[in-house]
Amino acid sequence: MGIHVIKMPDIGEGIAEVELVEWHVKPGDAVVEDQVLADVMTDKATVEIPSPVSGKVLTLGGKVGEVMAVGTELIRLEVEGAGNAAAGAPAVAARAAPTVAPVPPAAAVKPAPAPARAPAPTPAPPPPMPAATVAQRRPGEKPIAPPSVRRRAWELGVELQFVPGSGAAGRIMHADLDAYLARGGATTGTAQSGMRYVERNDEQQIQVIGLRRKIAEKMQEAKRRIPHFTYVEEIDVTELEALRARLNDTWSEQRGRLTVLPLLMRAMVLALRAYPQINARFDDDAGVVTRYGAVHLGIATQTDAGLMVPVVRHAEARDLWASAAEVARLAEAARKGKATRDELVGSTITITSLGAMGGIVTTPVINYPEVAIVGVGRIVERPVIREGHIVARKIMNLSSSFDHRVVDGAHGAEFVQAVRGYLEFPATLFVE
Amino acid sequence: MKTQSTQLLVIGGGTGGYVAAIRAAQLGIATTLVEGDRIGGTCLNVGCIPSKALIHVAEEFDCVSHYAGVGGKTSALGIRVQQPQFDAAQAVKWKDSVVQRLTHGVAGLLKKYGVQVVSGWARIIDGKTVEVGNGADALRISCEHLLLASGSEPVQLPSLPFGGRVISSTEALSPTAIPKRLVVVGAGYIGLELGTAYRKLGAEVTVIEMLPHVLPQYDSELTKPVATALHRLGITVHLGCKVLGMNAAGDAVRMQDAQGAASEIAADQVLVAVGRRPRSEGWGLEKLLLDMDGRFVKIDDQCRTSMRNVWAVGDLCVQISGEPMLAHRSMAQGEMVAEIIAGHRRRFTPAAIPAVCFTDPEVVVAGRSPEEATAAGDDCISAQFPFAANGRSLTLESREGFVRVVARRDNHLIVGWQAVGRGVSELATAFSQSLEMGARLEDVAGTIHAHPTLGEAVQEAAMRALGHALHV
Repeated sequence: MGIHVIKMPDIGEGIAEVELVEWHVKPGDAVVEDQVLADVMTDKATVEIPSPVSGKVLTLGGKVGEVMAVGTELIRLEVEGAGNAAAGAPAVAARAAPTVAPVPPAAAVKPAPAPARAPAPTPAPPPPMPAATVAQRRPGEKPIAPPSVRRRAWELGVELQFVPGSGAAGRIMHADLDAYLARGGATTGTAQSGMRYVERNDEQQIQVIGLRRKIAEKMQEAKRRIPHFTYVEEIDVTELEALRARLNDTWSEQRGRLTVLPLLMRAMVLALRAYPQINARFDDDAGVVTRYGAVHLGIATQTDAGLMVPVVRHAEARDLWASAAEVARLAEAARKGKATRDELVGSTITITSLGAMGGIVTTPVINYPEVAIVGVGRIVERPVIREGHIVARKIMNLSSSFDHRVVDGAHGAEFVQAVRGYLEFPATLFVE
Repeated sequence: MKTQSTQLLVIGGGTGGYVAAIRAAQLGIATTLVEGDRIGGTCLNVGCIPSKALIHVAEEFDCVSHYAGVGGKTSALGIRVQQPQFDAAQAVKWKDSVVQRLTHGVAGLLKKYGVQVVSGWARIIDGKTVEVGNGADALRISCEHLLLASGSEPVQLPSLPFGGRVISSTEALSPTAIPKRLVVVGAGYIGLELGTAYRKLGAEVTVIEMLPHVLPQYDSELTKPVATALHRLGITVHLGCKVLGMNAAGDAVRMQDAQGAASEIAADQVLVAVGRRPRSEGWGLEKLLLDMDGRFVKIDDQCRTSMRNVWAVGDLCVQISGEPMLAHRSMAQGEMVAEIIAGHRRRFTPAAIPAVCFTDPEVVVAGRSPEEATAAGDDCISAQFPFAANGRSLTLESREGFVRVVARRDNHLIVGWQAVGRGVSELATAFSQSLEMGARLEDVAGTIHAHPTLGEAVQEAAMRALGHALHV
């Protein structure tokens, strides 16, 4: 039996001392290789110290809360074989003995048999390394890496001190960096160095031209002219989703899959019959509101070039699948920059959907000179009280903005409530 | 007063400053460089380059003298020539042409990349403002980043102030004639390089050193071939002796040996080469109240000083006390600072900064010596391979010297190289490369080195450390 002394490892460049924050073992405990012995904290990160060997804990080198210098004795283990220290008083001043067995100079050198791996910062404890040839670095010892690896590590924000090296003599190779990152190794932000809070003074000037200028002008126009009010309501779409699932199960092969959008379009078409002042365009220079029998539905679409609003013409004359197909065709055309001018003008009301991104409320900007826009939120399951019981229901928020000059608050709210009625009782979508 | 502003202002057009300026300009940073003397700094004008030019002249002259049998020498090569003549003026002219070609080249590069060069001595007003020139012609430059690269200057001995017969390395590099008797104070690399060159050009040279060794920063094994060669060249070396000053007549240097006995050495010229010190005073740097390390500006591993956006590179600054004043260190730092300012992530973490003495024979070191490795706590093995067993050396009439490798005993990682011998300066490349790449003894031993070259001694040293050298 021998004594194996583990010193406080150097856990990052420039860190001379660390605070011991937790012991995971106590004297008498049996420990196995790679078992976490203690947590230590620098001013920036908490780091687990794993055991490089198996053995039994003899003494602990410090108390929780104690600040310990790098290189002082952390723990003393009794191990099979010779160990790395003479029995007796802790040799505080001695440098950590290498955990690799000395090899006679004349012998062919096999990869160093050290099983230890460099401590990794929590909260990303790495899974065990493949049979590693990683030499534990002594205090103050520089990680060995060719200049190209060093440079790449800086650019990635990786502290090489944390990266186990698989090359000869613990040399860190490009593949080691890849492996370290693949295991979720810490990059800039958890470890220590002066370079991560780099002050930046660069500026970029982007000309607002083309589509971006059009968007800017349009938005400015809408916000300058239209006194918006926004009304948000939550819709219980549990039934609607059940219907949609059913329709998709039954019809998707022949007719294509449905999203919520065509169902909402249909609900709006039906609700607008009672609120014609909302399906309108307001020429405020002339002082004329034009109400439309047709529902030309603008569908706000994000493209690489920016926001575009292709128009589904005569939504009132399309069934669910025809609406879905047209939305899909227009979105594709817009994203590929192939939408024609006719497909991008003439809408009478617009739908904007940020549903996929989550969020609770939006305050959509009306597509001037229209007078209303409906924003679709994400569908999430929420607890709802129904008949005295808390049940999980699928809830979707609608955030709608109206032009308060021509749409009264009451009418805007009633319109949204009507849409909600259709969506919550989806059978009514099909009752004329 | 005129004013202007720039992104990066570099003070000093030496190797650190001009490299930083070129790199910064390449990266699109508006850069201004202020230089009071000549572009190229110490290295190009009064350091590395002119000294190597003069050493080359001396070697060539020595060679021919050798063939001519001057001083009873004989040539084994069967070459006989008439006694050579030395034209000091022409030699200096040639040296100046080499310097000029390089400084013009640097000036051209600065221009090509759009660095604005301002001639004049910079005075620091504050961490973002520098003034150049006086009165109505003064130019006040404000900047976002200030890079201090003012370099270093020869140290003066209080007992031997520069002037008259007492000169610094700067004057020694532009001799009007070779003095009959030269006394060199200081047996560091500058003193020995120039002392040797003057000896080869015909001067009687005496070297006085306070410490008990020549090239005191190196171990005695490494410097022994140099000491032997000094003796063979006829250079008198007084070790452990203190210089007291000139005698009353001003034609001899008074010194005191280790036993306290005083003596005088007649001198037509006295070269004081006892070191260099950073130029950190006299131009407003003190006003910034930067953290210092003695006379050096203290920097971190990104060459930042203690003031935000004030940077320092080269001989002016140190990260750790005792870092060498070498051109290649400042170039690497200058390049890095420019890239950091441009937003790249960089750090100055070389595995080694090699150093070369162009004495005869040359000395080159990179990384740790056996003593340094032991002091750093490494359990190391080391081995040397003598040039006497290297074929190429013998064909060059030089059998002195060796290559030595130092490696860790446990994993054979190479931690240092040293060599002494004729022409070994070029081995610095191989040494640095193996250290930066983290090579082990087996890597070097397993690399085929071309035959017949001096470089074979590098491979053989590694093999010997592994216990299986072939040629010893």
